[in-house]
Amino acid sequence: MPTESTAPPSSATRTTPSGADRLGSLTYQARTLAGQNGALVALLLLGVVMALMSPVFLSTQNLLNVGVQAAVVAILAFGQTFVIISGGIDLSVGSVAALTGIVTGFMAGTYGVNPVLAIVLGIGAGLACGLVNGVLVAYGRLPAFIATLAMLSVARGLALVLSDGVPVPQSSAVAWFGSTVWGWLPIPVVIMVALGALAAFILNRTYTGRAIYAIGGNEEAARLSGINVRRQKLVIYGLASSFAAVAGLVLAGRLASGQPQAAAGYELDAIAAVVIGGASLAGGQGRAFGTLVGALVLAVIRNGLNLLNVSSFWQQVVIGAVIALAVLSDTLRRRRS
Amino acid sequence: MTTPHAPATGSPATGSPVELLRVDSLVKRFPGVVALDGVSFDLHAGEVHVLLGENGAGKSTLIKCLAGVYQPDGGTIHVDGAPVHLSTTAQAEALGIATIHQEFNLVPGLSIAENVMLGRQPRRFGLIDPRRTREAAEAALARVGLTIDPRTPVSTLGVARQQLVEIAKALSLDARILILDEPTAALSDEEVDRLLTLMADLRSSGVGQVFISHHLDEIRRIGDRVTVLRDGAAVGTVPASTPTDELVRMMVGRSITAQYPRERTAPRAELLRVEGLTTRGSFEDVSLTVHEGEVVGLAGLVGAGRTEVLRAVFGADRYDSGTVHVRGRRVARHDVRSAIAAGLGLVPEDRKAQGLVLGASVAENLGLVALRAASRGGLVDRRRLRAMATRIVTDLRIRTPGIGATVRNLSGGNQQKVVMGKWFSADPAVLLLDEPTRGVDVGAKVEIYQLINQLTAAGRGVLLVSSDLPEVLGMADRVLVMAQGRIVGELTHEEATQDAVMALAVKEVESSRAH
Repeated sequence: MPTESTAPPSSATRTTPSGADRLGSLTYQARTLAGQNGALVALLLLGVVMALMSPVFLSTQNLLNVGVQAAVVAILAFGQTFVIISGGIDLSVGSVAALTGIVTGFMAGTYGVNPVLAIVLGIGAGLACGLVNGVLVAYGRLPAFIATLAMLSVARGLALVLSDGVPVPQSSAVAWFGSTVWGWLPIPVVIMVALGALAAFILNRTYTGRAIYAIGGNEEAARLSGINVRRQKLVIYGLASSFAAVAGLVLAGRLASGQPQAAAGYELDAIAAVVIGGASLAGGQGRAFGTLVGALVLAVIRNGLNLLNVSSFWQQVVIGAVIALAVLSDTLRRRRS
Repeated sequence: MTTPHAPATGSPATGSPVELLRVDSLVKRFPGVVALDGVSFDLHAGEVHVLLGENGAGKSTLIKCLAGVYQPDGGTIHVDGAPVHLSTTAQAEALGIATIHQEFNLVPGLSIAENVMLGRQPRRFGLIDPRRTREAAEAALARVGLTIDPRTPVSTLGVARQQLVEIAKALSLDARILILDEPTAALSDEEVDRLLTLMADLRSSGVGQVFISHHLDEIRRIGDRVTVLRDGAAVGTVPASTPTDELVRMMVGRSITAQYPRERTAPRAELLRVEGLTTRGSFEDVSLTVHEGEVVGLAGLVGAGRTEVLRAVFGADRYDSGTVHVRGRRVARHDVRSAIAAGLGLVPEDRKAQGLVLGASVAENLGLVALRAASRGGLVDRRRLRAMATRIVTDLRIRTPGIGATVRNLSGGNQQKVVMGKWFSADPAVLLLDEPTRGVDVGAKVEIYQLINQLTAAGRGVLLVSSDLPEVLGMADRVLVMAQGRIVGELTHEEATQDAVMALAVKEVESSRAH
């Protein structure tokens, strides 16, 4: 369960172990960890395979590249994790990310708004999209799929209207989101790790987080236990699009411009990352750490296939197969236990 | 699918009866409880054999063993004199055993014909042949006397007709042993009439029927023999003409007081006052009170509106007019949180669908109600919730491997204790209990009654809805009887007998039909 930290096997803590014992308990712990997180095992295996096939893979520079490549999808996926655990889905996150980039660039460029304020307005635009999603789902009782599919179109449309279909330049404040600290550590990676930790904190420690699991596990039981399901849904979709807005800024920073067509299709990558990370689309299950692993799995495959000069067409085929395999192995494991 | 067995059409009128089914010393254990303790039982062709017993006596377990759902831990089952091992429902079906459960296994969106022929529709060039499907379904429907276009979607049918479709489906599968699990519970009197007529027809065509019912009048009308189960054992098999007193004595076997260990306390100040509560089309002008230390029972037939009243009082559903006060404080309409804040708690009718997050841990479930109170500035005090869960598990004697165990894996009784337990943290003034012992074994039942005693001893009140009439009579200090959405009478504990309650519950139905 998400709340309970896994208790270490007693032999590892209480006795002073002999070498063989220690090895035994280590393999036991490894097996427990593997059993609980198939995605982590897949990620490590992928890492080993890639390292064997390409000497460049394990270089610091390349690993940081993988982190940067994973960052946007991972940040989108953290927001998506809240929604999926609550039993919903958010198809609009890619469009919301693009809209945030456009609004930010538009405000700073066309209206000459202070760049930092422009960023705040951009995030505000993203949050507004999420609140509309939340109102439609919680109060309008629309299925999440429909409400967020509508928002996918509306937010993308607004991004095109505002930008007139052409890229908008970004301020240096936005460019910071795509830069590095100390000359080597990419900001996207820093933001990804920070938001991952924040998502884990929200899920495990806050009222909203625990309510998300309860709502996804059994919405009626949650309601009859006094949880304000509708307000929490508003918060959940608001969180998802806030994370999407930050992802949009990271993407705009990397591209050094606001692209109206940015992040198109990323919502599916985000959903894939959450599901590979062990969340159930039926709701009630999932973890922020799993989502991070899921996003890294996708990035490692793309990176590795690039290093091996596999065509991007074939990459799509491989990624599709990996998604199916990851979830299949998870399903089989759960059925056995 | 056809059965390899020749149809055993023995008529009870001619010579010695043909034995279709024999069960010898069947044993079935679940963790902590022996559900079947050496039950023996047999069924002849052309016989209606009634299984009678209280909830939890082992009837459901027995029929699930016969349907291939459960595998017995001991004993034997013979079909047509040959020993069989039923490890799947498909095996039971192939031997001609069909079960009509209380919840139907129909696909609502498909037509009657498709449902009856599901999975074995006649094919033509690899495609389903709709005409032959329809004809085959029509023939099956004719056997149950259902004259309705088989192209009608099942979702448009009422409960009674859906049941007939289920029976038609079973018969078209060549079922010779039909198990009917409380088929009359959700039917109107006329529909019951029609069903019993159908059962009589099936009897004369040689089908053996196992019939579960709590209604002694139905049993006398249609039954041939009655096997009484109590605490997982067969007490005896007697003719259906056995006097009621004798059947009840066999069924209960002990005094009501021992079974319902109610410790009565003198009611004191008023806790809950409901006035003029009305939801059009559901219930009307319901007024009631619950006092400190009091258990008020809400009795009535299924569909009388008891659950609806309970949910409205708790704010789970809307109501049109009326007021709810707890300790003099008005509870907002359709607002669960206001009801909880005022001091109400609800243990809902269906614990799996409404009471529990099945995939979450015991601790998570026990903490659901306390979650808000255990949060400061949006942050949850996890240590406090865990300590609370540990305490409740001990206090309520919830049998679980630990507070981290998944609720889905607990027994029904322990799951129910978790649902009750989540309210103990909030210490509600009045706990609304809807069918608190449904599907709970005998031992856990008594523990739940003791929890009720514990609540009233501490000056809390309980409003109890139960279809188990002896339970209401045994536990309630006052009994309110509902019929047709109205409270039609109030009985003190001394006045409340099975006859008195039923007389009230049924009188209103009859007078409304006369209009």
